[in-house]
Amino acid sequence: MPEMTNECRLLSVSSILGYGFPESSLAMGLDRKPHFIGVDGGSTDPGAFYLGSGECLNSRKAMKRDLRLMLLAGVPRKIPVVIGTCGGAGAEPHLQAVAELAREVAREEGLKFRMALIHSDQDPRKVSSWLDEGRITALRNVPPLTAATVQRSNRIVGMMGAEPFMQALGGGAQVVLAARASDAASWAACAMSRGLPPAPSWYAGKMLECGTASATPKGHDCLIATVRSDHLELEPTNPARRCTPLSVATHGLHENASPTIHEEPGGLLDATHCEFTAVTDRAVRVSGMQWRTRDYDVKLEGAEFIGFRAITICGTRDPILISQIDSYLQTVKDDVQSRAAGFGVAPEKYHLVFHVYGKDGVMGAAEPVKHIASHELGIVVEVVAPDEEDAKAVLGIARIVIPKVDFPGRLCKSGNMAFPFSPSDIAVGPTYRFSIFHVVKPDSPYSMFPIEYAEVH
Amino acid sequence: MAKLSAIAKVCKSKNAGPFEVTIDVMFDTREMYDKVLKSGVLCEQLFATLYNVDVKDVLFTPYPAAFAFKGTIPRRISSGDLGDTDVYGAQQHAPMLDVEIPL
Repeated sequence: MPEMTNECRLLSVSSILGYGFPESSLAMGLDRKPHFIGVDGGSTDPGAFYLGSGECLNSRKAMKRDLRLMLLAGVPRKIPVVIGTCGGAGAEPHLQAVAELAREVAREEGLKFRMALIHSDQDPRKVSSWLDEGRITALRNVPPLTAATVQRSNRIVGMMGAEPFMQALGGGAQVVLAARASDAASWAACAMSRGLPPAPSWYAGKMLECGTASATPKGHDCLIATVRSDHLELEPTNPARRCTPLSVATHGLHENASPTIHEEPGGLLDATHCEFTAVTDRAVRVSGMQWRTRDYDVKLEGAEFIGFRAITICGTRDPILISQIDSYLQTVKDDVQSRAAGFGVAPEKYHLVFHVYGKDGVMGAAEPVKHIASHELGIVVEVVAPDEEDAKAVLGIARIVIPKVDFPGRLCKSGNMAFPFSPSDIAVGPTYRFSIFHVVKPDSPYSMFPIEYAEVH
Repeated sequence: MAKLSAIAKVCKSKNAGPFEVTIDVMFDTREMYDKVLKSGVLCEQLFATLYNVDVKDVLFTPYPAAFAFKGTIPRRISSGDLGDTDVYGAQQHAPMLDVEIPL
């Protein structure tokens, strides 16, 4: 077991593995003799594509660069290296991709270490039985889960809490690579494994998972947190950045529904009464956070294939067309539908969407401004269909129809649209939606997350 | 009266998970934060009205530590689903800019 201490120093190298950080910042972090080196690996922010497809968010080259520097810093100094949500979405293909990079670096650099892989893929049959047993509930503003949705999901992961990380560290792992995990969990686990209480440990995790986003200027860089029994201190290692009470407090707003109440597996981190004090002009002490234990639950994330996407981009500079854009696009849609049906693709086999930039391309139906003030409009024509050939065929016919459809008062008889490219049809490939964003009551904090150890050399 | 665009330091939006968008309005000073708080203009109902969502689905939190207010609303279309226009939810803040605050 790791020795107990009243202080734990955690070094986060960046906000996501593969986003990069200055080597000099890592070197300055090592001067502070951290007990752990780590980085968060992922996010749901870039969309369901990564979970659905199994592709990594960041390139192999970018992840390997960061991982090499972390392993070279940690392994020879016996500092555990801990990474959560490997590869962007933290499903099995992502975990395996990062594990493979770790083995490559070990071979290339002559490093030897004990590595733990913590898995988080969930068997859909098991998820269905949890649903039957009434153990699954929807998060706020998410529709209830159905058996059909579970069946349609291509991949489901559970979001682990701190316990599996603590078990892996207790099992002697020098490198811990985890699949989907709460962003803060790996850090909370490191500090708690050295005997520190949950409140400052989880708070440190909330800050460390974003690199130096809690500093000013923000950036992808190294942050060190010193966790003690009733507070923590945060400081960027790069002297060009600093943490101020305001910069740290502000980070509580980041991508959270609430700036003060953070729901984590097994508890709530309550930052309502936090105090932020400058320790130096670059370091901030945060105290007053509270951890309230509650029934343990684990978030499930699932992605579902919705079809192949094909798009084309075009624009109009014609004021007569712009003045009647809605009725014009309806005519286009009707014509596309009738022609597609003619070659055997019925309207229910695809979705046809016009994104009209200059009108409501950014906010869609939520756009409060109804008047078009622009002299030109940009249009992205989007077709999504379960069959890739259908998607391409319908998009192709839309590209033929949209410049040719007649409208009242039309003067631009040779073509209604400017296409910037040839070829103009773009096959985007498979696309996914988040189908599951629910919580389940697990048998235990460990039961959904098997740990596998390997001696790497 | 002053528009938020004239008195806020930050006005931004971002996903809070794929099913919600969160909107933050920050001010330079505690004094301005207090004035805005006292005006009562920023509240659940404002977000519900501006974004045409049910008021019971809005989570509104004043956050004095950062001189900020946060409103979290449901997305009509989840991030990246069919018909979505903003995968990161990063450009949904604009309706806030014209909100008038009596000072």
